[in-house]
Amino acid sequence: MTRFKTPKLLITAAVVYGVIQALYSLGIINGYILHIINQSLIYVILAASLNLINGITGQFSLGHMGFAGIGAYVSGTLTTLIFKLNPSIPGSYLLFIVAILAGGLVAALVGFLIGFPSLRLKGDYLAIVTLGFGEIIRTVFNNIEYVGGPRGLLGIPKFSNFTVIFIVTFLSVAVIRNIIQSPHGRAMLSIRENELASELVGINTTRYKVLSFATGAFFAGIAGGLFAHLLQLAHPTQFGFSKSVEILIMIYAGGVGSLTGSIVAAFALTFLSEGLRLGIRALADATGLPIGGEWRMVIYALLLIFIMLFRNEGLMGTKESKVILIEEAD
Amino acid sequence: MKKFAIVLLLAIAATSLSVAQDIKIGGIGPVTGEAATFGVSTKNGMTLAVEEWNAKGGVFGGRKVKLIFEDDKGDPAESATVYTKLIQQDGVVAIVGTVMSKCTLAGAPICQAAGIPMITPASTNEKVTQVGDYIYRACFIDPFQGTVGATFAFKNLNVKSAAAIFDLGNDYTKGLAENFKLTFEKLGGKVVAYEGYPTGVTDFKAQLTKIVAAKPEVLYIPDYYNDVGLIAKQARELGFKGPMVGGDGWDSPDLVKIGGKAVENGYFTNHYSPDDTRPAVQDFVKKYTAKFGQKPDALAAQAYDAMYIMLDAIKRAGSTKGTVIRDALAKTNIDVVSGNIKFDANRNPIKAAVIIEIKDGKQVYKATVKP
Repeated sequence: MTRFKTPKLLITAAVVYGVIQALYSLGIINGYILHIINQSLIYVILAASLNLINGITGQFSLGHMGFAGIGAYVSGTLTTLIFKLNPSIPGSYLLFIVAILAGGLVAALVGFLIGFPSLRLKGDYLAIVTLGFGEIIRTVFNNIEYVGGPRGLLGIPKFSNFTVIFIVTFLSVAVIRNIIQSPHGRAMLSIRENELASELVGINTTRYKVLSFATGAFFAGIAGGLFAHLLQLAHPTQFGFSKSVEILIMIYAGGVGSLTGSIVAAFALTFLSEGLRLGIRALADATGLPIGGEWRMVIYALLLIFIMLFRNEGLMGTKESKVILIEEAD
Repeated sequence: MKKFAIVLLLAIAATSLSVAQDIKIGGIGPVTGEAATFGVSTKNGMTLAVEEWNAKGGVFGGRKVKLIFEDDKGDPAESATVYTKLIQQDGVVAIVGTVMSKCTLAGAPICQAAGIPMITPASTNEKVTQVGDYIYRACFIDPFQGTVGATFAFKNLNVKSAAAIFDLGNDYTKGLAENFKLTFEKLGGKVVAYEGYPTGVTDFKAQLTKIVAAKPEVLYIPDYYNDVGLIAKQARELGFKGPMVGGDGWDSPDLVKIGGKAVENGYFTNHYSPDDTRPAVQDFVKKYTAKFGQKPDALAAQAYDAMYIMLDAIKRAGSTKGTVIRDALAKTNIDVVSGNIKFDANRNPIKAAVIIEIKDGKQVYKATVKP
């Protein structure tokens, strides 16, 4: 692994972090914009990890938010009900990190257990299994009284601030990028291109499919944990099918197989959704037309259709930005 | 000297202009998504209330209200964004919203941390107002309906023995049943049977046979309309003839479709009835119907009330400062569509509930009951 050089990504991330932090402390961007940035960053993790499964390995998962749900509930249970943490105590951040990691690991374990039997098969079985899994997870949360049942897990302390989310997102993207551009990643790519051919050249396709699936689930769990500690609650309905589809839309709009695309789309779609809120308000105020906020989702959907019509490979296609690509060391 | 006077006048005019600035109030509801009808009613109710206040000349010092309404899609993540937007971007002084408890719970900590008073028109989860001292609600909480149901049965229906049947896996129905039993026994009545069933069953005969054998005068069924219809039918088949009482889960036209004749002689507690003869209610129903072309449902009334409660507090506070509005809210004593409202120590309203009777397949206003 020594031939991987991360500085380019690290420097870019550090500059972006510095600029956002500076703009925020100068009051140029307010708490609202920062909140959207936080959400976008969490969506970056979700989209990038789903891209590893759907885009790089060529499998089709429909239950990605189910893994986020596991991460949210496991970490939320640990910080809220077991450790009973409070963000004002400095040391508690360490236990928070432990909780987030535990959420990711449990999600990965579940991903492994689900992926192991279904990924041995070829075809659409994974899509069906993950679809069912997403619904089962929601029902399970609904029926465990200890974590709040249908009322949701409430009173989660607010640990997810911009710095924490940014660092975790950076690490997630860096790890996923390193996987993609390693021999393991090449093996995953070859499964996407032709599963039979990659088997013939000696790639253990089941192993790599399960590996990619469990890794994707791990990062989804991490993202779910961050989300729960940002919103200060975890609710079964947040992790249902329609939410998984939102992440799917992000990777398809960004470009299946492009990590850069996932990052761009996560930011673009989250900001677009909020931008339309302000845009429609401004339009209604300026023209006096009776258009309300309910038109926002109509325009949002139309824009997505246009992207798919005129750029059906997504915004980035399969291209990667230079920042994401790893240069071979001398 | 003349110049000085003009400057002074201009300065006074300028300050009075700045004083007459609009008061920004945030409104939130799910106008899209699965609970869209709730959101639309909520938005309409708030809009009507704001128009009335502005027509009267504003809240205080001639300052009018500017309602900034946002959609939360019934999604907690969206809700947190919208609360943050209203506070950070728009600089609202108070928020009226939102409808679904899970969304309100995502927004309440944001208001509490920012020191922005908020009142939810329709979130019944007890935990909402426990978030902090800036968080109020305009509707009654779930267990309260059990108390009112018991009071109504004992005092208005004049019965001395009761039975209750409830869903073991649902907080709402369990909470109502528990409080019904507690209050009914405190009043001096006797609960002769108290039976739970697991979520999702459609055959309630085992529990109902026990209940009918205990010969209660009234049967309390605090579930949603689809289960209530089935339970009522099966209870009548087993020979129960007395009145039945329930909660706001009954409030659906489908209740009569499922239950048919079995739900006759049924009564349920609700937040408001458009048939209530009080002038405040009739005035509201008339104005709302004229403006939006449909009869206001309970959510519209609650949103209208919540906005009135908030604006009344700001008026009495005479200020847009969060702490002052919060303290004024605590001293609320106002007559609105759903009755007189005061707040208890947990920032929940002390208010009356209406009882609606099912008569000839229609919902008829029966009485207003104070706890």
